[in-house]
Amino acid sequence: MKNTALKKEHYEATTNACKLCTPLGASLAFKGVRGAISLMHGSQGCSTYIRRYLISHFKEPIDIASSNFSEDTAIFGGGANLKKSVANVIRQYKPELVGISTTCLSETIGDDVPMILNGIRHDADGAPLPPIVHVSTPSYSGTHADGYVGAVRALVDALSIRKNHEIEPSMVNIFPGMYSPADLRYLKEILEDFAIPYRMLPDYSETLDGGPWTTYHKIPHGGTSVSEIADMASAQASIEFGYVTRKGTTAAGLLSSRFNIPAYNLGMPAGVRATDRLFDLLSELSGNLIPDRHARERERLLDSYVDGHKYLFGAKAVIYGEEDLVAGMFAFLTEIGITPILCASGGTSGKLAETLESLRPEGYDEPITVLQAADFGQIEDAALGTGADMFVGNSKGYSITRKMGIPLVRVGFPIHDRVGGPRIHHIGYRGCQELFDRVTNALLDVKQEATGVGYSYM
Amino acid sequence: MESSKPLYSGESLEELKQDILKKYPTKVARKRAKQIIINTIDEKEKVPEIGANARTIPGILTQRGCTYAGCKGVILGPTRDLVNIVHGPIGCSFYAWLTRRNQTRLKTPDDENYMTYCFSTDMQDSDIVFGGEGKLKTAVQEAYDLFKPKAISIFSTCPVGLIGDDVHQVAREMKAKLGINVFAFSCEGYKGVSQSAGHHIANNGIFKHVVGEDDTVQDGEYKINLLGEYNIGGDGFEIDRILSACGIKVISTYSGNSTYDQFANSHTADLNTVMCHRSINYVAEMMETKFGIPWIKINFIGAKATAKSLRKIAEYFGEQKLIDTVEEVIAKEMPEVESAMADARSHCEGKTAMMFVGGSRAHHYQELFNELGMRTVSAGYEFAHRDDYEGRKVLPTIKVDADSRNIEELQIEKDSARFRARKTKEQLKTLADKGFTFKDYKGMMPGMEQGSLVIDDISHYETEQLIEFFEPDVVCAGIKEKFVVQKSGVPMKQLHSYDSGGPYAGFRGAINFYKEIDRMVNSRVWAYVKAPWQKNPELSGSYAWE
Ligand code: SF4
Ligand code: SF4
Repeated sequence: MKNTALKKEHYEATTNACKLCTPLGASLAFKGVRGAISLMHGSQGCSTYIRRYLISHFKEPIDIASSNFSEDTAIFGGGANLKKSVANVIRQYKPELVGISTTCLSETIGDDVPMILNGIRHDADGAPLPPIVHVSTPSYSGTHADGYVGAVRALVDALSIRKNHEIEPSMVNIFPGMYSPADLRYLKEILEDFAIPYRMLPDYSETLDGGPWTTYHKIPHGGTSVSEIADMASAQASIEFGYVTRKGTTAAGLLSSRFNIPAYNLGMPAGVRATDRLFDLLSELSGNLIPDRHARERERLLDSYVDGHKYLFGAKAVIYGEEDLVAGMFAFLTEIGITPILCASGGTSGKLAETLESLRPEGYDEPITVLQAADFGQIEDAALGTGADMFVGNSKGYSITRKMGIPLVRVGFPIHDRVGGPRIHHIGYRGCQELFDRVTNALLDVKQEATGVGYSYM
Repeated sequence: MESSKPLYSGESLEELKQDILKKYPTKVARKRAKQIIINTIDEKEKVPEIGANARTIPGILTQRGCTYAGCKGVILGPTRDLVNIVHGPIGCSFYAWLTRRNQTRLKTPDDENYMTYCFSTDMQDSDIVFGGEGKLKTAVQEAYDLFKPKAISIFSTCPVGLIGDDVHQVAREMKAKLGINVFAFSCEGYKGVSQSAGHHIANNGIFKHVVGEDDTVQDGEYKINLLGEYNIGGDGFEIDRILSACGIKVISTYSGNSTYDQFANSHTADLNTVMCHRSINYVAEMMETKFGIPWIKINFIGAKATAKSLRKIAEYFGEQKLIDTVEEVIAKEMPEVESAMADARSHCEGKTAMMFVGGSRAHHYQELFNELGMRTVSAGYEFAHRDDYEGRKVLPTIKVDADSRNIEELQIEKDSARFRARKTKEQLKTLADKGFTFKDYKGMMPGMEQGSLVIDDISHYETEQLIEFFEPDVVCAGIKEKFVVQKSGVPMKQLHSYDSGGPYAGFRGAINFYKEIDRMVNSRVWAYVKAPWQKNPELSGSYAWE
């Protein structure tokens, strides 16, 4: 069609957003709590859309209830609806936790959710209720990544209490970023191999990537239990992942200020250097050496780096997605000889540029072009004509790579034009290895096609 | 109706129904009781009354989406040369970005296609506080500067109605300024019970702002509009292929593979044919009143239904030439269909299906299952109204509730200059004598078997109960239900997106569907689910209602 390129630099409007809305991130985090059901306070469309989006990526059942506003509710307030919906989900699901996020509608009318919840507790009159945790998630400020971090913090804020002033020696809290279920399983494997007792929040490694069932489960098995979250208050240390999270706004930050639990902030452990930092820290915290099989995984990885370098060197990539993911992929790609020619995110922390600068490898002196709070319209503008060889990011970049005739290496969320999104490894040596192979093969594929001869020996 | 012997006995279904209901609180149970109906059909094709188009109860997991989804996503999403701007925070726009599989086919590579774009005002804090009209104007201007499109449409999401932005005023202003058609929809998600409200709002908007803008009379005989066909998986292409083989000219399709100009010119057609009654009957009605175009219900899902629909169109025009061509086309297409049908039928006969989807598909797809010899034990719609279940004859008795009153009913009058009766009184009488009926939709229930179960707005929990009771061989619904059903070991076919398959309409579509269902219900994969060492698969604590 005509007008293939979007020409203007700065738009008021957003063309093809590179972010999703806040309650989606919160719902994802609630999926990582054992027996939890997620409820969105607002009209039903948001929860239906968000369910559909999550389901098309994870390919698992995902239940998110809604307090189902009507026009009257929108005008007179959502208290009665919230009460009804909480009662109904408790009755249906017998959940161990109800996680409430808000939509733009209930935020706009200014429903006082904590007050309504107090009313519910009061009305229950001592009858047992599961914990009900609320996180405020207006999408007119922030993105799904903020909703995710916010919900994890809200869970810890509401549930973590130190019972007996005792610290559990060597117990570590782990707060992963928005990684895949496969990443979370792998992270647990690493911790277990280090023999580190841990509590991880959220943990949707099973709830969002499970097998067939012999009997129907209202709520899929897996996840971190409410009592484990409670006990997070007595850990020896917290490790949180996320390059751009603001101090004090996270669960680890809260545990640190409330209970003096040291918080270690690591960025997404993608790439060898960032993974090394994680393994170093785990080694330090546990007093154990890096487990042999992980050491060997690292060796194999570096061996392949050496083998593959000739195919990769000088290749140019566009990276986009959540800020943490972009930073992680930047660290990884620069390490293997690829130049990230454009790094873009719809995220609004404002910290992406400085983060990338801080990740600049020694001797890497390419300029780093960063688009923050960007949409795909801007990404397209900026990417066309750069001679980029590939895009690295979620499915939503496809229409641009198609135009440019270059490969898209799918990582992150959402991936709904391929199977296996939940099984992609992004982190650690294993994630590096997987991505390294995929990135290299994507370039080899192009090269092979381009010869037009049909060489099967590259 | 295949046989008069009920599929299931009234008692067993009643027991199932009571089982389902007793887990609900009294008030919820009372409401659901009206929406769970054991199908009976008397000699006059009368069926029991069903509760439909009522608010879902807060906290009950529904399949339904919102009004905005019905307006933007369903009706106007597939129109490729319209720039759609969503006024609101980002999510609503993002989630409706190319998530339906409406296909479109450009005439030339240079044609406009904005379907791959997702424009949003992406409202921020300050817009919520100070109002977003300014930002919306800028967004319209930007879209215009970028594309110079024929028309721009604006969709409101929930917060917009609350903060009181006047989107219609913005549209008028920008229309005057830019000299192109700009129109807005007040389709805030909370406005209605489901998508259905959005369909109505979209119908009104198109009719008010677009239909009749272009009076050019096109060449061609037997001019029709195809209403309520969204070209999922290429259904519309297959229907177009068949219609064009018959020499029938499609002036416009609402709204699969559509363009703005088609809508603008659609009032020049001589017949409206309605596929999805629920989503589009409003436009058909309004075109009849204003321009004199009669409408009939047709259905191109199922080979026999396709043949029947073609014959009905031919009968309407009444010319022997057309009647003959239609017969030739059917005769040419059917042998291949019949052999595929027989083949699949030999593996599928006697198996059972359940379907809970849409506002017409749960009905239409029963045609295809019948052709496979499969029985529909239970079906229901996600967002239909009583007339879609019981037939249009119940229209006068449908109660108008607050939610329906919310949606504007346009007062349409005869367009004295452009109204043209398509048939004379005598012609109508001859047609009527032959048993030809206009605007007759009998609804889903009279076509279903006695002793089947009909459920409106089925909930998650009910789906599970039904699977347990009926043990169907296949369930049809949407992506949200897909993995719930499959976890229970039952194959699941998506009838919104077709699981990337299709087309399933028309003759070739029927063949595709037979093969697909044959593959699904006879797949070996389910047999592998239990590993050899799992003699007693662990019964993991399931959460039950009590
Ligand atoms: S209203 Fe807000 S929460 Fe709902 S879909 Fe839109 S952006 Fe997301
Ligand atoms: S905010 Fe309203 S319009 Fe947007 S998705 Fe939610 S219900 Fe629909």
